[in-house]
Amino acid sequence: MALPVAANIEDLSAWEVSEKQIGLWSDALQRFRRNRLAIAGAVLIAILVLIAFGSPLLVHLGILHDPIKQNVDYIESGPGQNGFSIGSDELGRDTLSRLMYGSQVSLAVGILVQAIILPIGLLVGLTAGYFGGRIDNLLMRFTDIWYAFPDLLFVLVVVSVFHPSLLTIFGAISLVNWVGLARLVRGQVLSIKEKEFVEAARSSGSSPAKLILKHLLPNSLGPIIVTLTFGIPNAIFLEAVLSFLGVGIQPPTPTWGQMVFDGYEAIYANPTSVVFPALAIGFTLLAFTFVGDGLRDALDPRMRR
Amino acid sequence: MQAAERAPITALRADPVLVRISGAFKHFPISGFGGLAVRAVDGVDLEIRRGETLGLVGESGCGKSTLARLVTALLPVTAGSIVFDGQDITRLRGTKLRRVRRKMQIIFQDPFASLDPRMTVGDILQEPLDNFSIGTVRERRKRVQELLRLVGLNPNFTNRYPHEFSGGQRQRIGIARALAVNPSFIVCDEAVSALDVSIAAQIINLLQDLQREFNLTYLFIAHDLAVVRHLSDRIAVMYLGKVVETADRNDIYDRPQHPYTKALLSSIPVPDPAVEKERAPINLKGEIPSPVNPPSGCRFHPRCPIARVPGVCSEVEPPLEPHGAKDQAAACHFAGQF
Ligand SMILES: Nc1ncnc2c1ncn2[C@@H]1O[C@H](COP(=O)(O)OP(=O)(O)O)[C@@H](O)[C@H]1O
Ligand code: SF4
Ligand SMILES: [Mg+2]
Repeated sequence: MALPVAANIEDLSAWEVSEKQIGLWSDALQRFRRNRLAIAGAVLIAILVLIAFGSPLLVHLGILHDPIKQNVDYIESGPGQNGFSIGSDELGRDTLSRLMYGSQVSLAVGILVQAIILPIGLLVGLTAGYFGGRIDNLLMRFTDIWYAFPDLLFVLVVVSVFHPSLLTIFGAISLVNWVGLARLVRGQVLSIKEKEFVEAARSSGSSPAKLILKHLLPNSLGPIIVTLTFGIPNAIFLEAVLSFLGVGIQPPTPTWGQMVFDGYEAIYANPTSVVFPALAIGFTLLAFTFVGDGLRDALDPRMRR
Repeated sequence: MQAAERAPITALRADPVLVRISGAFKHFPISGFGGLAVRAVDGVDLEIRRGETLGLVGESGCGKSTLARLVTALLPVTAGSIVFDGQDITRLRGTKLRRVRRKMQIIFQDPFASLDPRMTVGDILQEPLDNFSIGTVRERRKRVQELLRLVGLNPNFTNRYPHEFSGGQRQRIGIARALAVNPSFIVCDEAVSALDVSIAAQIINLLQDLQREFNLTYLFIAHDLAVVRHLSDRIAVMYLGKVVETADRNDIYDRPQHPYTKALLSSIPVPDPAVEKERAPINLKGEIPSPVNPPSGCRFHPRCPIARVPGVCSEVEPPLEPHGAKDQAAACHFAGQF
């Protein structure tokens, strides 16, 4: 398949391109690094992950109290009292240990929910956006109805109808969140498929599967990552509210929402058992939101010089 | 299989026409306005001959890009037919359509939108080769480098991303992609309109060299007559979804038959200062009417300097008929009478 080379095309000025190669992702990483809040958020998340994985080890080594061991003699201890560094709750359980263990549920809810909604959102969004027409209409009317339903109400109904377990809670939160992702993906696909590079690919014989996988999906990746990142605090918050309302993950598993709920009655006598979990929720939400913001700016091609 | 298919094509080799557009319409329905549609291409008959460059000009929004997409089967026609190399491509699908795609390619106006920002130049150029399983993977890599050299780019930059290149360089990459599958026909949809004059001239030279080298047929689209002048053999002028005049390049410049062509020509600055001083640009009245609801009769009549309104111009649609020189046609009741 030799190609005759036109000898008279010698235009050396066209050969020049900057020496240094700028990769797409390394470029984004550089921009992310310049965002202080995003870095702070990322560090906080890293610490949280360390705590979530490290707590059982600390308990095993005897450095940390068992988070579910009750001690009726030492209920509602203040910070530093009876060997509880930041106090104990109404059942005499160590607040610090429960706080640290609580990160497990929050992180799991935040991340697993995204893992569940990713394939659903992609499938629905890509199908609706690429094929358009009647399929799109049907799917979008369906998501409209879904969207109109208040998130919390929906989750509450699902969780109360099917007994609150890890599965139903993750499932219910995923059910309310996939719609946002599906719509985002659809919107992305709709705008990208009109782009000339997609037409060019079509004209050079690429199949629909190839168009979707090699062009539409990679070009929607930035906004998808950002949406998933913002979805994490959203799911964490929903889970905390459920736990606070008493229909979340069932005791004795420590979760931050549940801790706020349990400590709420004795808030004046023993403020630490409310304040710390509330702060943990707040900072975790902020951390993920900052990272999401940073990613959005870093991955937006318009921000590239 | 090959022999059976080749037979009619060899028989048609004698046909000097490579692309025959007959009665082509493309209407984009406006959703929510029962029955209303943007009549982007509204009854076009046009021939593109083997080995020639047909220049297609007209103001922005007159339907040039839509026609380009119809000709390259990127959009389905609302009505009419497009015959490419003896084969009606308007109702092709699947494998048959893909086989035709290999023979015709398109180069777009915007060098920033026409290359996938997430792919390296090597991958962009290799995609068409992969699609048609041309050569082994090794041969494809080599071919990609050849293509880059062919369009005057450094063949070692295959792992660079489009954003690392300038506008002119990107347009060269777009040309290389179009050449990858060895097409016989290339549509250049305002391929140089977004470039600086000197860069545009380089790209035009490149396109001309490639045409000679590979026997290419071009449909070269531009929004003014100045650009198409030296590279077109014939020129078609479009107005509001219709072709209003076609002729050999020199005839159109020397003896335009349609008042719209004349107005377009009068707006081109002339390099000779003495002639330039004499030049009297014809300013067309008003705006381009909406393609949703084109004017009655001759759709140019509200802006035409010689229209007879009320009368034949606003009542009867003029057909595209021979006027002026040999091979020249204009859609005007008073062609050449100005
Ligand atoms: N996909 C589309 N949907 C609806 N209207 C369109 C579409 N593409 C083009 N048009 C309309 O068709 C007309 C012709 O557009 P186009 O072919 O791009 O013109 P040109 O290339 O001559 O500037 C314009 O009015 C434009 O708005
Ligand atoms: S037909 Fe009438 S309105 Fe149309 S271009 Fe000719 S003179 Fe003008
Ligand atoms: Mg156009």
